[in-house]
Amino acid sequence: MRTTRAGVGGRKVSGRDLRASRFRFRFYKKSPATREGGCQTLCVVEFAVVAGNKMEFSGVKRRKPWLIGDQRKASYPHSLQFYLQPPSENISLIEFENLAIDRLKLLKSVENLGVSYVKGTELYQSKLEAEIRRLKFSYRESLEDEYEPRRKDHISHFILRLAYCQSEDLRRWFIQQEMDLLRFRFSILPKDKIQSFLQDSHLHFEAISEEEKNLREQEIIASSTSLGGPKLELEYVYKIPFADALDLFRGRKVYLENGFAYVPLKDIVAIILNEFRAKLSKALALTARSLPAVQSDERLQPLLNHLSHSYIGQDYSIQGNAGKISLDQIDSLSTKSFPPCMRQLHKALRENHHLRHGGRMQYGLFLKGIGLTLEQALQFWKQEFIKGKMDPDKFDKGYSYNIRHSFGKEGKRTDYTPFSCLKIILTNPPSQGDYHGCPFRHSDPELLKQKLQSYKITPGGISQILDLVKGTHYQVACQKYFEMTHNSRDPDLDNRRLLTACPVLGMYALPTMPTVGTIFKDIVLREQCVVETAWMVYMTGRRDLESSLEDGGTEAS
Amino acid sequence: MEPFDPAELPELLKLYYRRLFPYAQYYRWLNYGGVVKNYFQHREFSFTLKDDIYIRYQSFNNQSDLEKEMQKMNPYKIDIGAVYSHRPNQHNTVKLGAFQAQEKELVFDIDMTDYDDVRRCCSSADICSKCWTLMTMAIRIIDRALKEDFGFKHRLWVYSGRRGVHCWVCDESVRKLSSAVRSGIVEYLSLVKGGQDVKKKVHLSENVHPFVRKSISIIKKYFEGYALVGQDILENKESWDKILALVPETMHNDLQQNFQKHHSSLQRWEYLKKAASQCPSNIKNEKCGPWLEWEIMLQYCFPRLDINVSKGINHLLKSPFSVHPKTGRISVPIDLQKVDQFDPFAVPTISSICHELDAIFTSEAEKEENQAESDIKHRTRVVGPSSCGMWDAASASPDEQCHVHAQDLNWQNPG
Repeated sequence: MRTTRAGVGGRKVSGRDLRASRFRFRFYKKSPATREGGCQTLCVVEFAVVAGNKMEFSGVKRRKPWLIGDQRKASYPHSLQFYLQPPSENISLIEFENLAIDRLKLLKSVENLGVSYVKGTELYQSKLEAEIRRLKFSYRESLEDEYEPRRKDHISHFILRLAYCQSEDLRRWFIQQEMDLLRFRFSILPKDKIQSFLQDSHLHFEAISEEEKNLREQEIIASSTSLGGPKLELEYVYKIPFADALDLFRGRKVYLENGFAYVPLKDIVAIILNEFRAKLSKALALTARSLPAVQSDERLQPLLNHLSHSYIGQDYSIQGNAGKISLDQIDSLSTKSFPPCMRQLHKALRENHHLRHGGRMQYGLFLKGIGLTLEQALQFWKQEFIKGKMDPDKFDKGYSYNIRHSFGKEGKRTDYTPFSCLKIILTNPPSQGDYHGCPFRHSDPELLKQKLQSYKITPGGISQILDLVKGTHYQVACQKYFEMTHNSRDPDLDNRRLLTACPVLGMYALPTMPTVGTIFKDIVLREQCVVETAWMVYMTGRRDLESSLEDGGTEAS
Repeated sequence: MEPFDPAELPELLKLYYRRLFPYAQYYRWLNYGGVVKNYFQHREFSFTLKDDIYIRYQSFNNQSDLEKEMQKMNPYKIDIGAVYSHRPNQHNTVKLGAFQAQEKELVFDIDMTDYDDVRRCCSSADICSKCWTLMTMAIRIIDRALKEDFGFKHRLWVYSGRRGVHCWVCDESVRKLSSAVRSGIVEYLSLVKGGQDVKKKVHLSENVHPFVRKSISIIKKYFEGYALVGQDILENKESWDKILALVPETMHNDLQQNFQKHHSSLQRWEYLKKAASQCPSNIKNEKCGPWLEWEIMLQYCFPRLDINVSKGINHLLKSPFSVHPKTGRISVPIDLQKVDQFDPFAVPTISSICHELDAIFTSEAEKEENQAESDIKHRTRVVGPSSCGMWDAASASPDEQCHVHAQDLNWQNPG
């Protein structure tokens, strides 16, 4: 597979004379000559630095649409899509960035709502719909003039692919949120629109006729547990090759006949989502391989880096928070502000003057994330271990190396980020003598109850939490714990959570958010030439964008 | 029938591979009409030779190459593996990671040892006519599902030679199925779950899937004869205690008392069915009604598959017409039309078939010997109403996908 930069055109712009420069990157995969022969376009990103003087600049909020009326409708026939075709229009760098940030806000909301509420419930659905509407993305079929939101949805998805294809973690996060978004949109799609949507998306699921349904009514009802009652007339049933319904037929959750699965609508969703996940995963891998071409462009690179880093992970790097807390604050912080997983680790450390490896990793990285410097961390752990009658030399030899390593000062010098909730819940379960893990996931319910009682949670709150745990909604349970210990449903909390990355830390410490200003500062520093002038112009014209980000309620630091 | 002596194997195999092994049909099956280039040449075979020497990654250029090699090496056992990306016998010359298994038939292996916890007549590698019914039921249940639920057309059932049966599904699309889908198919076909430490191995939900319902109908046809008469599963306290372990505790006393009063498994089973259906339905966590009766029947009769055999594309399985080195029996295809009449003890052993050949040779003129040889071959080869089917496919027009009517490949048991 080769990637080529096609048609790089750009003229050096000087002083007052800012002519429009166009750069186009098309990422494509060359198919082997024996087969299709052509090129399959992965993603086309074209953007232009909009030229001109101040007046022209501020007047132009975005490009004029180049399609009119029916043409617009035809290009985006549905309010949702599988993003099979990359966009190929020109957009300005400004719009490029705006679209990216808006979609990022949307996906972050999707993530946070998924953690705060059980997916699919009425509250979840209405909150998600409100968020999508607020950010002006498409979601519902029947509304008027859906062209702009759908176009925004389309382009922003592909831009974020560039940012989120770069590592396994980023890919997983991106796919998860996009799937949740698609699931929501599909759930509000009117039933009669589903068939045409599937057809347009090249999914070969055909709904069977009434007669066909009647012939098999008993069998279908007996097989599909998702069907509410004995009434099949109101349901759509789709006939698909059995191999495409693997997750359904393996558990005998669908009726099979002659190599086909007869799938009612509710179950089709699961299949569609799997298809989507598989396609997106493959596309991201391909995009990642063509990325070097993008990253070599100095305009896009800082933007893409900031996009992917700003909301996941490296917010908790040292420059953001370092030196913000002192060691003697930790004890009180641990009861007042730490999540229960860290609270129990801290308690165990204080009591036993020791923690095993899993505990040291989980807790140590957390402390780094909330602002402990390397020096503080070394002091903290050493003081505690020595109380456990450990030899100071032994500590220096055995443990301090690892602490320095996790701060990125040894070995391959990776600046490790704190564990996310998902990682804590899903990997490395604790065994006897361990204190790490997620109490909601790994503690015996009786033990958990006692712990919550000792934390002075109200009985009503405890039973809510235990119910959530039984339903395996561990993160929502933790959220509930936070609400119970902080006495309110803080309205700002919702907004603030939009801008935080690590769900664990998100509740308890707020990072610096790179603002638009800082992004441009980087670009400005790199660009020695007169494009700098354009950015200056830009920045004065776009102060409203900066302030709209801060509406999210970041605690500036 | 001549008794089989393993010590005679080398001589017997020599004769078998020279005069009796059906190379032409075998090759035509595995070649699948030559539609795909090098399909046969990329197929892996493995041989087990004398003294347990095992060699993998055998492959052959054509039928005569296959014949020559088999006659030269005289394998005790032949396994068939997958079709690979390159000739298996050259796999060492291929770049690391490039040598991949690409296609293979979907196979199933049903082994009588897996039923030791529910058969009273035999255990381990032994089989008898009483427990063989388990295989009959298994073939009927699995084959129905493969045909009616999954739409698979070309299914070959083969006697393994000792204690079980194998199934080869040869449809073109099936050979291309991924490992995940194969696992899924086995899961669909599985109902009996749990090892030694699990007493009750079958749990039905309130919604009974059509596959389960149809399997139960099949079992019902055999249950009385097999379980109540043949196996006599409610014969005495020791045996019916095992059944009670599958039934809610609240019913135990009543059943124990009444079982004493009845005189046969048949009567006791009738009583159990009645008691189960009368069980009040407000008992939480205990299922009553027909589900209980079905769960017991399924645990005693439903097929038990080995998932590892079916899920791997590169898994090697004993070839049809291979000889079983311990019993001498030949892995013969089973005629689906006559499953109930199949008798594993009437399957020809290599010694019987070779002695037959010898006997004819010594007592008659050469012309008649050839005639007799082909007579034996004919009797033991493709017979039945659709004998033309499979082999015609090989010479079919290129447009026609090669449909190997594998189920037509069947041997009649001589005598």
